[in-house]
Amino acid sequence: MPHLSSSLKFGALIAALMLAPWLGLGSYPLHLIIMALLMGFIYTSWALMGRLGLVSLGHGAFLGIGAYSVVLLWNQYGVPPLAGALLALTVTVVLALVIGYPCFRFKIVGHYFALVTLALAEVVRLVIVATREVTGGSLGLTPKPGLPNEATASLWSFQFSNRVVWFYIVLACWLFSLWVWRKVDQSMLRDALQAISEDEDAAASIGINVTQTKLKITVLSAAMTCFGGVLYAQYQAYVNPDTVSGIAISLQMVFGVIAGGMFVMLGPTFGAVFLLALQEVLRILIGNQIHGLDLLIYGALLVFFIIRMPKGILGSWMERKT
Amino acid sequence: MLELKNINAGYNSFQALFDVSLSVKAGEAVAVIGPNGAGKSTLLRVISRLIEATAGSMQMQGLSYRDLPSHEVVGLGIAQVPEGRRLFPRLSVEDNLKIGAYTPAARAKLQERLDYVYSLFPRMAERRKQLAGTMSGGEQQMCAIGRALMSGPKLLLLDEPSAGLAPVIVQSIFELMHRIRAEGYTVLIVEQNIQQVLKVVDRAYLLEIGKIRASGTAAELLASDEVQKAYLGV
Amino acid sequence: MEFFDIFLLEAVLNGLLLGGLLALLSLGLNLIFGVIDVVWISYAELMMVGMYAIYWSHTSLGLPLALAFILGIVGVAALGMAMHWFIIRPVLSAEPINQLLVTGGVLFFLQALATVIFGIDFKNLGVRLPSLMVGDISLSMARLIAFGVAMVAIAATYLFLNRTFAGTAIRAISQDRSIMPLMGVNPERIYLITSAMGGALAGLAACLLVLQYDIHPAIGLSFGPITFLVCVMGGLGNLLGGFVAAFIFAQLISVGGYVYAIEWGYVMAFVFFIAMMFIRPEGILFRRR
Repeated sequence: MPHLSSSLKFGALIAALMLAPWLGLGSYPLHLIIMALLMGFIYTSWALMGRLGLVSLGHGAFLGIGAYSVVLLWNQYGVPPLAGALLALTVTVVLALVIGYPCFRFKIVGHYFALVTLALAEVVRLVIVATREVTGGSLGLTPKPGLPNEATASLWSFQFSNRVVWFYIVLACWLFSLWVWRKVDQSMLRDALQAISEDEDAAASIGINVTQTKLKITVLSAAMTCFGGVLYAQYQAYVNPDTVSGIAISLQMVFGVIAGGMFVMLGPTFGAVFLLALQEVLRILIGNQIHGLDLLIYGALLVFFIIRMPKGILGSWMERKT
Repeated sequence: MLELKNINAGYNSFQALFDVSLSVKAGEAVAVIGPNGAGKSTLLRVISRLIEATAGSMQMQGLSYRDLPSHEVVGLGIAQVPEGRRLFPRLSVEDNLKIGAYTPAARAKLQERLDYVYSLFPRMAERRKQLAGTMSGGEQQMCAIGRALMSGPKLLLLDEPSAGLAPVIVQSIFELMHRIRAEGYTVLIVEQNIQQVLKVVDRAYLLEIGKIRASGTAAELLASDEVQKAYLGV
Repeated sequence: MEFFDIFLLEAVLNGLLLGGLLALLSLGLNLIFGVIDVVWISYAELMMVGMYAIYWSHTSLGLPLALAFILGIVGVAALGMAMHWFIIRPVLSAEPINQLLVTGGVLFFLQALATVIFGIDFKNLGVRLPSLMVGDISLSMARLIAFGVAMVAIAATYLFLNRTFAGTAIRAISQDRSIMPLMGVNPERIYLITSAMGGALAGLAACLLVLQYDIHPAIGLSFGPITFLVCVMGGLGNLLGGFVAAFIFAQLISVGGYVYAIEWGYVMAFVFFIAMMFIRPEGILFRRR
């Protein structure tokens, strides 16, 4: 249970954030904050599963389904993205169940589970590339403009030309993910999952339906990630199979959470901020001249981090405080 | 031959051995008896350097070896038959034995040692191609002892050789102990089966909750009040 | 489509050849997992590095192809050992997720390294081997050789594991790790040897692939995930299971890819994999706990 002082600190943070667009930061910094919150939302969703021992290396699959579904349905059939999101969520939930059920029922855990999810992310990416006539393949896809006349906002097409609007949408979603985290923490679900992650058979013997519990958290995590994909697609107004699906983004998600600290509520968000800051620093220092140098440093840092700071930055920092 | 002085050891925050001192002279057979959880297996693991001793000294034939890496202990002439046999289940009997002679010194005499072990344990010769995991408990124990003998040790450590075996088999295992002694090996046995083991060894130590409570000849210990009351139900 | 469609037969045969390659890769991955208990997510990237090494030494250094191949195999074997020593060893006692992630970092690193040094253009070795005509079927010579070599390598590995002392020690350590020191075996040395073997197998795969495909930094992604699926289906660490699963998957990819498009072949394989998990309630094929 958080102490009053940390609640106050948290409240202050939120208040400061809410004022962010009015601080005269400029368009690009605001964009960075939006991306930080959006990735924070996505990473937190992943961490719901990860912190309880269900390490998925394939959340890129759900992200990609969310992102591509809304854009495709809008472009091909004029389906408003919010409705398209519902469809994407349904597909994601079904997929999570279809993959999750045999995995959990037949005790496919640890390495096996991670590899299966990794393959899932790659399969989704392959499907996107394979259907290139429709999806544009590796070239990516852009949602058709949907702002009638001179409107700057449209709930129907879920497109907003004013970044400030996006800021508040993403902020709300991010806060929602933190709320979900808190709720899971406080619920029976969390205790059950804790018990399961420590000793599955013992948990089963006291009546915890292991499979169902795992499925619940998996579906929740997948659905939220999927919605993150929807937001991403609509905000960026561009999707690409390599950035929203596949191994790369899946691994990045996990790395972000690990770097920030998986067991702390704000850890995944911190990780998102960290990765974003890293990206920006590399971009400024190295620019786009040497193709791939940023990824080189990124990979090296990832390795360094895992070896030196397995609890993540926030996690290690918090450990040192106590 | 083996000399332990004031050995302290444990796991993480849990200390299992407190100032344990014991010695084994060449040609002797010594037992360490005591209840479950006393630290007997820990003691053997320390001797084989599978676990670090946090304090105390360990000497084999006068050579202090407290910092020796675990895989070099065999080179000193110490071989262990671990608790629960721990054969490689999907390797054949012969392959299991061969691994016992992994060190270059032993490998040079591989065929010789193999013949020797087969002559000691003809049943192993019969089953040489069989997968070790498919044998009975008693046969596995035989194989495990054979594997330890393959390295040509001077000191043989046995961790609970009778554990998990049917009484009839236990009998034959202790007969094996006699034969091994007759072959000239120095033996240190950790056992819960007090009556049987005290018939086989010269001396024994009583280990309780990580401390040596008593020591003496086998006869002395068998007759002592402590052992009689606590373990033999007299 | 007639039943005996010549192109279908060609797809089946090509699938066989692909199976040989996947069998090689899964052998390496399974070996490392069985002995060291770590999955190298970047395993296919090691193969990619090998391909570039061969390409560079042949085209830039002008080494004869055979020498370039040897360099490739030895080089990747060394890379495997280095990876174990510097990357895996520090995290051997850490959580499995950390072990997976650290190899994930290596994946990024190697891909980026290749991009920085060689760029993202497709490179080709420029070696053209003829096609063999068997009746109406055109079989790529390169593929045939690849298959043959892969089979020989697998057989050689099998013999090594079963007939030599070191091989027996490797099999032993995968069955019971902690008692190995009791017999004088230094597990670290065995890990290094196994890492070198895994690397060498990836290096060999590189030699075989470099004759058939273009080289680019992301080529590892075309083989890595499918190798993982093959190994999981055969049972992680189960060498025989991986071997069988490799050929099953290769057929699915090849025939599925023939019937639809190549990417769908992968999808079919994955769907088959999921279906297997449902259909075989007692577990995946040859699952070993």
